[in-house]
Amino acid sequence: MDLRTAQAMVRFGLGSTGSEPPQADPSAWLLNQLRQPDWPWPGPQPSTEEGLAAVRADRETKPPPGESQSRALYRAQGLAAVGRAVATKTPFRERLVWFWTNHFTVSLRRGQCAAVAGAFVQEAIRPHVTGRFEDMLLAVMRHPAMLLYLDNAQSVGPDSMGGQISHRGLNENLARECLELHTVSADAGYTQADVTSFARILTGWSIDVRNEPLGFMFRPRIHEPGAQKLMGRTFPDGEEGGIEAIRFLANHPSTHRFLATKLVRHFVLDTPPPAAVHRIEGILRDTRGDLGAASAGLVGLNEAWTPGTKVRTPLDLVVASFRALDVPVDPSPPFLGILAGLGQPLWTAPEPNGWPDTAVDWSGPEAMMRRIDWAYAVAGRIGDRDPVALAEASLGPLYRPATKDAMAHAGSRREAMTLLLTSPEFQRR
Amino acid sequence: MDTVSRRVSPWVSRRATLLGLTSVITLGRVSLAVASAPTDQRFVVVILRGAMDGLSAVVPYGDPGLAALRPELVPPSPGQDKGLLDLGGMYGLHPAMARSHALYQANELLVVHAVAGNYRVRSHFEAQDYLESGADHRMTSGWLNRAVAAMPVASRNQTDASSCAIAIGPSVPLLLRGQQAVANWAPHGFAEPQPSLYQAILSLNQGDPITGPAITAGLRDRGFGDQVLGDHVLGDHVLGAQVAGGPPGAVPAVAEVSAQGGSQPGMPMMDGPPRAGGGRFAFPALAKAAGTMLAAPDGPRIAALELGGWDTHTGQNNRMVQPLTQLDIGLEALKTALGESWRRTVVMVMTEFGRTARMNGTKGTDHGTGTVSFVAGGAVAGGKVVANWPGLGPGRLFEDRDLAPTADIRSVAAGILTAHLGLDQAALTSVFPGGEPAQPMHGLVRAA
Repeated sequence: MDLRTAQAMVRFGLGSTGSEPPQADPSAWLLNQLRQPDWPWPGPQPSTEEGLAAVRADRETKPPPGESQSRALYRAQGLAAVGRAVATKTPFRERLVWFWTNHFTVSLRRGQCAAVAGAFVQEAIRPHVTGRFEDMLLAVMRHPAMLLYLDNAQSVGPDSMGGQISHRGLNENLARECLELHTVSADAGYTQADVTSFARILTGWSIDVRNEPLGFMFRPRIHEPGAQKLMGRTFPDGEEGGIEAIRFLANHPSTHRFLATKLVRHFVLDTPPPAAVHRIEGILRDTRGDLGAASAGLVGLNEAWTPGTKVRTPLDLVVASFRALDVPVDPSPPFLGILAGLGQPLWTAPEPNGWPDTAVDWSGPEAMMRRIDWAYAVAGRIGDRDPVALAEASLGPLYRPATKDAMAHAGSRREAMTLLLTSPEFQRR
Repeated sequence: MDTVSRRVSPWVSRRATLLGLTSVITLGRVSLAVASAPTDQRFVVVILRGAMDGLSAVVPYGDPGLAALRPELVPPSPGQDKGLLDLGGMYGLHPAMARSHALYQANELLVVHAVAGNYRVRSHFEAQDYLESGADHRMTSGWLNRAVAAMPVASRNQTDASSCAIAIGPSVPLLLRGQQAVANWAPHGFAEPQPSLYQAILSLNQGDPITGPAITAGLRDRGFGDQVLGDHVLGDHVLGAQVAGGPPGAVPAVAEVSAQGGSQPGMPMMDGPPRAGGGRFAFPALAKAAGTMLAAPDGPRIAALELGGWDTHTGQNNRMVQPLTQLDIGLEALKTALGESWRRTVVMVMTEFGRTARMNGTKGTDHGTGTVSFVAGGAVAGGKVVANWPGLGPGRLFEDRDLAPTADIRSVAAGILTAHLGLDQAALTSVFPGGEPAQPMHGLVRAA
């Protein structure tokens, strides 16, 4: 395995597995994944409709915490999501899925999201990672998980029929976060009036949790009537106005710059080099937000091929460790406790801006100690396999002689594997 | 572990019935399928990975050659402050093993000294494979698995000996792998390695501007004092390179990080204070879980556990204390958890090889040959050190460096398998195949 292949595996992929043959042409391997369909996951994938049915049932039965149907769905979906990341043969695609899932954070901090967080990834993110950003954004904004998480399901136009009767009103949460975190970002210089206006546009974007089919529902009765002005543009009344506004925001130059910055931070360096950002921003502008083209552009960045510039997040580390060990994820619910113990509970980011993507956020002393302790626990799964062979298959030329030497002096295979998983090169991607 | 162990309650599940198994032991959220046991006897094997220095664990202080070989590695004589715990005039137990000494005095612990496998390699991994295979070559099954297969089916409506054995830990060791189905249990999630492994990890990360300072600070926060981490680790030149230092995001590539060796000579030892209930005492927790499961009426009868941290190439006096303490507390925890079943229990503690008789240049010892094996339990004819002592004087060492082996570790195992579990000579040839059959060592187990 040459350095470029190893780098493709860890930077763009999710870490290599011993059973994967080394790629002769790493760039072609990555670009092919952008053109291929997703690696099929054999397990069940509960849909949003099933999730909402669980939410409905839990409302009626009021089970004790932890024993709700919603929680059970979260565990099933979470295990499937991590299991899929460990097993996938198209790891670049999968990394893109995780990247965009974090960009459009939906968090269990809002309890109702537990039942639909996994379905959100499957339905709103996964189909669009190499498609158009505007389609992904629209799918996200209409998805019950996002409408629940950022409260839009309850937002009522004050002048709508429903608003007049109920005296309920606007909830700006989704509108504000969509502007700030999902599209143009604060740099675009929008005003509070824009936020309010966008919130009015989005009124009526709600969920039906009573009658089948459970899912997104546009409710004209609570939609604020009339055209609305957002960032200098006028959008018509009705559901169509929201769709137009979302397409406008998705293709805004500020959105392209913001997305390019986040992509380059994820694939190049914590502090994104301006030239690289400029390249990706240009691709997004020229292709009207083609995420496949932007992803291919990342592969073409020379800066993305410098090894070791990114520290793995706990999720990255866990997935890469399982892949290096070439063992499946434990099919037991406490698995999700690992991610929580490492400080990154699945789909449970503290705030809508998602998990940070810089080393400084993940390398605290106790955080690092927990990585070590977890590594020691999981390293026990090496069995009677050769740790050096696993290291070479996993890291290729990224495997440092110092680590190999330390592993040679380890007292057991498990200890040797622990040294690999806690080595500086394995902590990075 | 406390809450977990209390919740052990054997029950028969429908699924277990469908599988033809007779019971499922539940321990916390974990269910184990366990077949009815063919015996009431309990047998536990503890693998000490990393090569325990037998001459430190059970010190032959009566041998006049000892002091010259390793003057700085011999604890004070019995009766002195922090002195050896006497085992009858010739040998002394390491002072960290007071609980085991009590077992010895109660005739529930014996020591086999100058013991080794019937192979002469000094590679941990190879030697562990041989130790667990029970042969002079690596096999795909372990001797304990084959022993389970060879166990006589007891008279009580028994038809199946499968799954009466359990591996306690994150994976099934080679020792228990093979054709017989075995159960496996481990507490989920996080484990704390031995201080020596933390130290090797710190050493490996020391030159790294992100992980190095973080691990240093993390160890300090967990109670490893300055004298433990050493001034050069905590020096400004390392702490100055904090994560927050330098321009944000300017993470140097790994390739730029200076290479560091493995365990560094002169590296100060970690001997942080024991934390009550902490993961540093993970082995006693595992031992307790094993004892609890073995004590259950329909529970397993055979168990295997592992304990690492024995590879004491440097600063051995400090580094031995932690694993010995874990072993010592673990044996007591096992006895307590086994309760009434302790009297039908034999525990065999074995390691892949011993260490050099002479101290090396870093106050440690290197890979050697002869070492000790502990045999503990209520069924053990304890209170003695079994040894054909080879001596440590001039010309007595194996290859002029190691304690010469005069007993075969397989004979210890064979002695237990025959006297305690009722295996016959024919069964032993399948358990320990190839070459000369291992002759059972007599007198290890108390006559019933």
